[in-house]
Amino acid sequence: MALVDRIGESLDNGPGGVVLTSVDALVNWSRGQSLWAFPMGTACCAMELIAASFSKFDFDRLGTFPRPDPRHTDVMILAGTITEKMKPAVRRLYDQMPDPKWVIAMGNCTVSGGIFYYDTYSVVRGADEFLPVDIYISGCPPRPESLQDGIVQLRELVKAESLSKKRTYDRPATLPRERDEDR
Amino acid sequence: MSALLERIAEHNPRLYPLFSLEFGDAVVGVERDELLATMTELKDAGFDRLGMVTAVDRGEAFVVVYRLQSRSLSAAIFVKTLVARSDASIPSVFGIWPAADWQEREVYDLFGIVFEGHPDLRRILLPEEFVGHPLRRDYDDERLIRRPDYI
Repeated sequence: MALVDRIGESLDNGPGGVVLTSVDALVNWSRGQSLWAFPMGTACCAMELIAASFSKFDFDRLGTFPRPDPRHTDVMILAGTITEKMKPAVRRLYDQMPDPKWVIAMGNCTVSGGIFYYDTYSVVRGADEFLPVDIYISGCPPRPESLQDGIVQLRELVKAESLSKKRTYDRPATLPRERDEDR
Repeated sequence: MSALLERIAEHNPRLYPLFSLEFGDAVVGVERDELLATMTELKDAGFDRLGMVTAVDRGEAFVVVYRLQSRSLSAAIFVKTLVARSDASIPSVFGIWPAADWQEREVYDLFGIVFEGHPDLRRILLPEEFVGHPLRRDYDDERLIRRPDYI
C-alpha cells in the first residue's frame, strides 16, 4: 500500500500538516484509482463485462467506468473471441488509446483461443499474438467478480510502474505464440 | 407429398420434387441452366421473399440451396441446384431478389462458388487476403492446429 493511501492517518497521527511522498507513488495512486475501461466486447464475454458495470456488481465503486471512446480510456478489456477479420480493428482501437494504457484479456478466447484453438481457420489464438496483455482472466466466461479482481490486480501492476523508464517493470512483449508441433 | 408441392410441380415442369415432410417445407430441384427462369416464375407465383442461400459440399458437386418464402401462399419451399465441382459457378439471383447480395457473397467466401452476374462478389466474412474456401471438404491450411485424439 502506497503512502498516499494513508494520508489521512498520517495527518491525524503525525507531527505536522506536511506529508512527503514520491512522485511515482502519487501518480500511480491516482492512475490506479480510476482505470477507465474500453469495453472491447467481441463475443459472449461482453455479457459478463456489461453485468460487471451494472448495479449488482458496480464497477464504478472501483473507479472503473466503461467509456465507448478509446481516447477516453486507460485499460482495454478484451472480452470475447477475436477473429482474424476483427484483429486490425482491435489493433486500431488500441493504437487510439492514449498512453499509459493497459490490456486485460478476459476469457479463454482472448487468453489462448479457448474452444476455438483447434481446427479453426478464422480465430486469433490469444490476444497476445498482437497486443501486450497485462492481465489474463480465465473462464468461459469469467464471472464479473473475476474481472473486478483483475482490475484490482492491475492496480498492483500500475503501482509498480515508474515515470522513469529505467525503473518501469518489464511490460509483456508481443511475441508470436508457439504452435503445438514446435513445443 | 404436399398439395403445394404438387401444384408447384404441375405449374413448373422444370422443377422436379425431391422430397417433402408432412409438416415440413417442400424441397424441389432444378437444373442449373434453368435456375433463373424458374426462380423468376416462382417469384411471380408469390414467393416474394428469399429467406436464405447456402450450399453443401457433396464431393463431386456442390448443392446450392435457396429457401423461398411467400406470405400470400403462407408457405416456404427449398430449391436445390447441383453445381459441378470442376465448374463451380451458378447464375446470381440478385436481379430477382436483391436480398441475395450478402448471402451469395457468403457462399462464395466459404465455398468458392462463383455467382455469375453478381454486382459485387467479394469476400464478406473472411479477410480480403484470405486464401482458400474453408467450408470445402478438401480445404487445408498449414496454420490449422489439428485436435489431438486425447481431447
